[in-house]
Amino acid sequence: MKIKTLGAATIATFLAGAAWAQDQSIIVQSTTSTANSGLYDYLLPMFQEETGIQVNVVAVGTGQAIQNAENCDGDVLLVHAKPAEEAFVEAGYGTSRTDLMYNDFVIVGPEDDPVGVSGMEDVQAALSQIAEDGALFASRGDDSGTHKKEMALWSDAGIDPTEASGEWYRETGSGMGATLNSGIGMGAYVMTDRATWISFDNKQDYEIQVQGDEDMFNQYGVIPVSPEHCPSVNAEAAQTFSDWLVSNAGQEAIGSYMVADQQLFFPNAPAN
Amino acid sequence: MADAFGLALQLVFSGDPNLHEIVLLSLRVSLTATVLACLIGLPVGALVAIARFPGRNVVLIVMNALMGLPPVVVGLLVYLHLSRSGPLGFLGLLYTPTAMIIAQTILIAPIVAALSRQVLEDLHSEYAEQFRSLCLTKLQTVQALLWDARYSLLTVGLAGFGRAVAEVGAVIIVGGNIDHLTRVMTTAIALETSKGDLALALALGIILLVIALGVNAAVQSVRMTAARQAYV
Amino acid sequence: MSDALTSLAPAVAPRAQSAAILPLAVRDLELRFGESVVLNGVSFDLSATGCTMVMGPNGSGKSLLLKLLHGLMQPSAGQICWGDHAASHATARQALVFQKPVLLRRSVAANIDFVLKARGKDAGRRDALLDHVGLRHKAPQPARLLSGGEAQRLALARALATDPEVLFLDEPTASLDPASVLAIEAIVGEARDRGVRVIFVTHDTGQARRLADDVLFLQRGRIAEHTRAADFFPAPQSQAARDYLDGRIVV
Repeated sequence: MKIKTLGAATIATFLAGAAWAQDQSIIVQSTTSTANSGLYDYLLPMFQEETGIQVNVVAVGTGQAIQNAENCDGDVLLVHAKPAEEAFVEAGYGTSRTDLMYNDFVIVGPEDDPVGVSGMEDVQAALSQIAEDGALFASRGDDSGTHKKEMALWSDAGIDPTEASGEWYRETGSGMGATLNSGIGMGAYVMTDRATWISFDNKQDYEIQVQGDEDMFNQYGVIPVSPEHCPSVNAEAAQTFSDWLVSNAGQEAIGSYMVADQQLFFPNAPAN
Repeated sequence: MADAFGLALQLVFSGDPNLHEIVLLSLRVSLTATVLACLIGLPVGALVAIARFPGRNVVLIVMNALMGLPPVVVGLLVYLHLSRSGPLGFLGLLYTPTAMIIAQTILIAPIVAALSRQVLEDLHSEYAEQFRSLCLTKLQTVQALLWDARYSLLTVGLAGFGRAVAEVGAVIIVGGNIDHLTRVMTTAIALETSKGDLALALALGIILLVIALGVNAAVQSVRMTAARQAYV
Repeated sequence: MSDALTSLAPAVAPRAQSAAILPLAVRDLELRFGESVVLNGVSFDLSATGCTMVMGPNGSGKSLLLKLLHGLMQPSAGQICWGDHAASHATARQALVFQKPVLLRRSVAANIDFVLKARGKDAGRRDALLDHVGLRHKAPQPARLLSGGEAQRLALARALATDPEVLFLDEPTASLDPASVLAIEAIVGEARDRGVRVIFVTHDTGQARRLADDVLFLQRGRIAEHTRAADFFPAPQSQAARDYLDGRIVV
C-alpha cells in the first residue's frame, strides 16, 4: 500500500514536470559571461513585466550554446562570436542576427605585473611581451566566444601560443569564472570580458593591466531560432524578446545596468 | 572559511527565499529520483540475488560497473534523447526538473540494484532453505526478502540519494541551471564558484553537507530503533 | 494450551488430499559430494502414522536424510516414494523445523501471518496457532528477540500453519532447557496424535523414548537398524546402537 502511494506520488511529480515550460516561456541559449554578470537578473523582470513572457536562460559556452540552439533546445540565441553567429543564420538555424550590445575584453594580471604590460593600449604588443618573457597565461581553451576572440588576437600578434601549451600557456578548458579562479591561483595573466571581471568576487591582488584597444571590443548579437528549422520553438515569443532587446526600451535597460557604479554593457543595436 | 560559515548561517536564518527554492528543488529532484531508482533497482537487485541463470556473472559485472557511471556522461545521454531534435524531444522535457529526475534516476538505479543485490543475497542465504521448505514462489521470496531487508535497503537508498544530491555533471546539462526553474544546490555552487564568489559557494556547500548529515542521521536513528528489535 | 486445541483441531488436522503421500518407501538411497559418500544403500519403509525417531552419532547423515526426504536436496541415486509422489512433489504437504529456527525479521504474529498468507490459509487461524504454542501474549514482539525455546515454538507453530501431513524436526530441542524441551515434545506429540506423520532427528535418548513409535538408527551413512521403539530401547539389534545408547562413542 505504502509503496503504491509513494509510486503514485512519484509519477504525479514526474508528470507535473512536463507542464512547466508551457507556452509563454522561452529558453535563451546564452553565454556564461552574460549570465554571470547579472545582466539577465536585471533585464528579464522588466521584460516579463511588460510582456508576461517568462525567459529561462541556459548559460553555457558560446560553442555549446550554438550547438544547443542548432538542436532546437532554445528559442533565442544570444552570444558573442559574430562569424559563428552569421554562419548559424546562413545555415537556416536562425531567422536573422541583430547587433545588440558590446562590452570589451581586458587582460588582468597580478598587481606586481611581472612582465610590465600595465597600461599598454596595444593588445598585440602586450601579448607579444607576455609570450616573449614566457609569463604564465591562462586561456579558456574551450572554443567559447572569448576563447575564439583570444585566439584571433594572438594570431594578429603573429604568435601561436598553443606551441607553449602546458608550459607558460595554460588552457583550462573551462568557463570564464573557472579560468579566472585557476589563473589567479597560478599567478597567470588572463583575458576576460570586462563584465565578468567587474562582477567577479575572487579578484585577490589582481587588477586590469591591459584595456582600451578597439580590437578588444566584444560584440553581442541576438538571433531568434528559426521556426522553419525547429517547428517546436516559440517563435512569436522569441521574436518579441529579440525585438524588445533592440528596442529603445531594451537598449536603455541594457545601458542602465551598473555593477559597482560601472556600466558593463554598451547597447549598439541599429536605430529602428 | 570563517566567512563562509558565517554566510551559511546568515543564509539559513535570514530565510532567503531563493535559497529555500534551491534547497527544496534539490530535495525534490533527488528524493524523487531515489524513489524511482528504488522502484527500478530493488526488484532488479532482488531478482539477480535469488536467480541462477547463465550469464549471471556478466550481469553482476555490468551492474557493478554501472555504479561508476560518470554523471556527465549520463547527462549527455539524457540530453541527446530529450533534446528537441532528439528522439524524445517532442515531450518538451529538456531544461525541466523532470529531465533532472530522469538523469539522476539513471545515474543511481544501478547503485541501488547492485548494492541491494548484495544485501538481499546475504539475507537469502539465511532464508533460502526455510523458504524452499515452505514452497514459496519466486515472487513471494522476493517480497519477503525486500521487506525483511527494509532497514538495510534504507541505507542502500541513502547511498543513491547521496550520490544524486551531490552530483552536478548530469543536472547542469539536462537542467541548464536555470534560475527559479532548474537551479539546485550543486549547480548553484558551480555557478557561484565560476562567479568567483567562493564564500557563497562554500556556504551553499556547507548547507548541502548539513542536509546530507541530517538525512543520514535520520536514517541511522531509524536503523538503530530497528536494530533494538533485531529487525536489521 | 489444551483449551485451544478443540477449536484448533479442525484447522490443523491434515485435510484429506488426493493421492496420499503416505506410506513412505525409500530404496537404495545414495548421496555423494564428489568423492565422499554421505549416505549409501539406504532403504526403509515408514507407515502412514506415528512418530519415527532418527538417531545416530554426529556425521551419520541424519540431517541430510531429512532434507532428501523433504525434497530440499536431490539424491545421487535411489528412490524416495511418498505414496506415488517423488520427494520434490511432496514438499508442499510437509514441514520442516530446523535445529536453529530461521525467523523473519518481523513480529511473532507477522511470522505466522506471512506463512498463512503465502500458503493461502485462513488468516484467522493465527491467534489459535499462537495459543497452541503458548505465544499469544508475545504476538506483537519482535520474533528474533524470543528466547531459544520460544523461537523454536514459533517455528513449530509456523510449520503447523501449513497443515503438513508430514512434520520433520531436525534436533529442534538440541540447545534448549528441559521445560522448553517438554513443551515442544507436547506440541509434537499432540500433532502426531492428530495424525500428522512425525519424523524427528534427535540425540536425546530420553526424548526418543518419550516420543518414538519406531527408531531409525543411522551409522556412517547406512541404516544400522530400524526397529519398533518397544524393542529398540530394551534391546537394540545392532552393535552401533548398543554402543550409542551406552554412551560409547561410535563413528
